[in-house]
Amino acid sequence: MTEAVDRARVLQGLRALYPEGRILTRPAELAAYESDALTAFRARPLAVVLPETREEVVATVRWCHRHGVPFVARGSGTSLSGGSLPVPEGIVIALNRLNRILRLDPEERIAVVEPGVVNLDVSRAAAPFGLYYAPDPSSQPVCTIGGNVAFNSGGAHCLKYGMTSNHVLALEVVLADGEVVRFGGESLEGVGPDLVGLFVGSEGLFGIALEVTLRLVPKPEAYRTVLAAYRSLEAAGDAVAQVVASGLLPGAVEIMDRLSIEAAEAAVHAGYPEDAAALLLVELEGEEPEVEAELVELLEVVRASGAYEVRLARDEADRQRIWKGRKGAFSAVGRLSPDYLVQDGVVPRTRLGIALAEIERLSRKYGLRVANVFHAGDGNLHPLILYDGRQPGQLQRAEELAGEILRLCIRLGGSITGEHGVGMEKRQYLAEMFSEQDLEVMRRLRRAMDPGEIANRGKMFPVPQQLEAAAAS
Amino acid sequence: MLHEIPVDRYGAVGRRMARAVEACVHCGFCLAACPTYRVLGEEMDSPRGRIFLMKEVLEGHLEPQEAAPFVDRCLGCFGCVTACPSGVAYGELLTPYREYASAKVSRSWPDRLLRWLTMETLPYPGRLRAALRLARLVRPAAPYLPARLRAMVSLVPDRLSRQRGTASTVAPAGARRARVAVLVGCVQRVLHPEIHEATVRVLARNGVEVVVPDDQGCCGALAMHVGEGARARQLARRNLSAFPDDVDAVITDAAGCGSAMKEYGFLFAGQPEEEQARKLAARVRDVSEFLDGLGIEAPPPLLAPARAVYQDACHLLHAQGVRDAPRRLLGTVGNLEVVEPAEAELCCGSAGTYSLEHPDVAAELGRRKARGLLAADPDVVVTGNVGCMVQIRAHLRAAGRPVPVLHTVQVLDLAYRGQGFPRLA
Ligand SMILES: Cc1cc2nc3c(=O)[nH]c(=O)nc-3n(C[C@H](O)[C@H](O)[C@H](O)COP(=O)(O)OP(=O)(O)OC[C@H]3O[C@@H](n4cnc5c(N)ncnc54)[C@H](O)[C@@H]3O)c2cc1C
Ligand code: SF4
Ligand code: SF4
Repeated sequence: MTEAVDRARVLQGLRALYPEGRILTRPAELAAYESDALTAFRARPLAVVLPETREEVVATVRWCHRHGVPFVARGSGTSLSGGSLPVPEGIVIALNRLNRILRLDPEERIAVVEPGVVNLDVSRAAAPFGLYYAPDPSSQPVCTIGGNVAFNSGGAHCLKYGMTSNHVLALEVVLADGEVVRFGGESLEGVGPDLVGLFVGSEGLFGIALEVTLRLVPKPEAYRTVLAAYRSLEAAGDAVAQVVASGLLPGAVEIMDRLSIEAAEAAVHAGYPEDAAALLLVELEGEEPEVEAELVELLEVVRASGAYEVRLARDEADRQRIWKGRKGAFSAVGRLSPDYLVQDGVVPRTRLGIALAEIERLSRKYGLRVANVFHAGDGNLHPLILYDGRQPGQLQRAEELAGEILRLCIRLGGSITGEHGVGMEKRQYLAEMFSEQDLEVMRRLRRAMDPGEIANRGKMFPVPQQLEAAAAS
Repeated sequence: MLHEIPVDRYGAVGRRMARAVEACVHCGFCLAACPTYRVLGEEMDSPRGRIFLMKEVLEGHLEPQEAAPFVDRCLGCFGCVTACPSGVAYGELLTPYREYASAKVSRSWPDRLLRWLTMETLPYPGRLRAALRLARLVRPAAPYLPARLRAMVSLVPDRLSRQRGTASTVAPAGARRARVAVLVGCVQRVLHPEIHEATVRVLARNGVEVVVPDDQGCCGALAMHVGEGARARQLARRNLSAFPDDVDAVITDAAGCGSAMKEYGFLFAGQPEEEQARKLAARVRDVSEFLDGLGIEAPPPLLAPARAVYQDACHLLHAQGVRDAPRRLLGTVGNLEVVEPAEAELCCGSAGTYSLEHPDVAAELGRRKARGLLAADPDVVVTGNVGCMVQIRAHLRAAGRPVPVLHTVQVLDLAYRGQGFPRLA
């Protein structure tokens, strides 16, 4: 039997679930879904489906389960680790049309949303009530709540508020075997084990979130946003620990280095201090008098830490521009280089300075530029390794450099991912961070929910060759 | 994004197309800004998806025919350009791509007929007049026509303005502060000559001598946007010689025309006229941009307070980057409160001949736009492009609240003349 006939037969049952136009199989349609935001990986799925109801999602998962066909849930495809990369010959379940906010209760301060709702749209809907959804990944104008849940996404303001997992109260989920379950409830005090916590960050390996109940928080009365310029990246890194040690709890503490400042400035003209080797961005938030008092203290700490220029956001528009530049910085680096790898490692806050100095050294050693723009308050590094894929060997060198940086993070007592997930990209490093027993427990958990390993098959867990390599090193 | 586009195969624009692909990092930041993605929620109808598909075609990995439905559905609104942090020059990919692909894609006969009808009439005022008279005869049969022809007929105005002569030079009021030439173009001249008239009066009022060159014609935008590069150049060539060099600016009051003329240099890339085209393009200014730069005399305040909602025309905001100028101009009118609508940066669905070729998407966008504008409870809707005005007017009417829709210069003109806004139509 030819491959085409085979495919057609496999798809027959799935076609029955969707009207024409919502099951995509033509070459152009499939091509568009080949990659997420990490284009170094590409895979062509068998089909892409566009469900519009949760029943359709459930029916699709059950069909996949029955036929042993792997599936990948997809939000906006902004994953930087290959998380929403299709499984070859599998189904992509694109959730973008499930984008309704089902309930917004300002009294209870909760929002119940479908998984394809865009992060920022939750805050927009809550704004008239003086509320917002706190986790703010830089991709928040486009990334979906489903994707945020799968990756336990963070953002600049998660320093104060915690990551996605701190804001998900309940989930309705279709597990990979087709069973529909509810985890959690509307209050923070749950009964029994924290199954919501288990699902959040599971990278789509357990099943698909169909409905998410989110916690909303009141919008702070006032903000003070401070930009401090430093002559070296290391100095800015060291300043972070000093700010935190002073007892202040800023909403956000971010760092941008020279390359990312250059790129972001070109994109938004935010007026970042020029010539700085690094920029520390600190935002205080809370009630007016309290913030005012904290500002005095912050300015003292920052000056003592060696900042040579300090600037305050003049007004809300200026503040928005500063943040727009910071949040668009990954993309803006596209102006400087045809390709780059975004890394996502964590180090203890007190060791940021050392880590940054070491990254600079590695960058010189490999002869590849590295731009740094990251959530400094959390010690969550994002080195962007710039390379040119057309030059033979450069991608490989970039990957090696990335590996060295991740190992550096582990060595300094940190982790190989802060928020972008393991996905495809970092499978091989999982075995360096966890023991074989740890991994086995994770595998058993996964198989409990997904016996056929059809949900996002091939992601997160190292494949055998990678395990052997890890054992040998 | 890495690519293997054989740039030399695509002539003078090959490198520019490849550069746009290269700058795209596939981050998806443009998704939220894309009207077709917002309506359809599928990756092929997003900027990121389209860039990827065009790359695949240019690399030879995908048939142009396969990519055609999705590239065709692009409004060319350039919302993605404003949204993109990486500075992807999407237009420098899209326009030449469409020209390249148009020869390689076969279309159904109704599509071809529609394309032929629009391209053979709209850019030529004489033919357009004749066609409109004909269309009015057809109108009673509208319910029986195919959807797209119906959409076309629905845009035919009730009354056709008389053909008005345009004086070739208008003297400034008072001392001359500047001298400009004005584009009167094609469709607008036939359907809404009152906009040009307002433009000329407001310019003259502010000390600007206005020349209206006789030999000018359609700017070529409509043809350029649908991939008919040769026709666009043929039309544009006429303007290259029609507009004089001894003016401070060439003024357009239709955002679509302005953005097309600003791209003349690119349109003629690698052709003998390139240098001349570049020079003309460099002098083109939208009327709001020019007036704002010049500084205007504040008009007397309106007799009664009114609330205006300003809706950006995509080809002014996204293609020309003109955002603040019209807002500042409106701000000089006393008693006029100017408010921002929700989703101002999202296209209304007009987009040249788009609303004729893709009536479903266009209508959905029109409905959303009307909803967003009406939520601001305006007395008047103000924008900077005739196509948007026609589309917005139709959808406000359909929503049951036909608030007047005016061009920025019309508001200034009414204010200078001490007149109020037209009654609800
Ligand atoms: C420029 C840029 C900046 C970024 N900044 C940040 C940042 O500051 N912080 C941060 O944490 N991340 C950041 N990211 C990464 C990315 O945006 C996040 O991981 C985001 O949560 C992904 O959301 P998405 O909707 O795009 O999901 P996708 O990429 O489509 O999917 C991500 C994962 O979620 C799974 N998934 C999607 N929906 C569901 C569902 N309903 N149920 C179960 N699994 C599901 C997918 O299978 C996949 O494994 C950034 C990305 C880019 C491109
Ligand atoms: S925002 Fe720019 S770089 Fe990102 S996907 Fe869109 S076009 Fe590409
Ligand atoms: S030009 Fe407009 S419709 Fe086309 S891809 Fe860009 S945002 Fe979407």
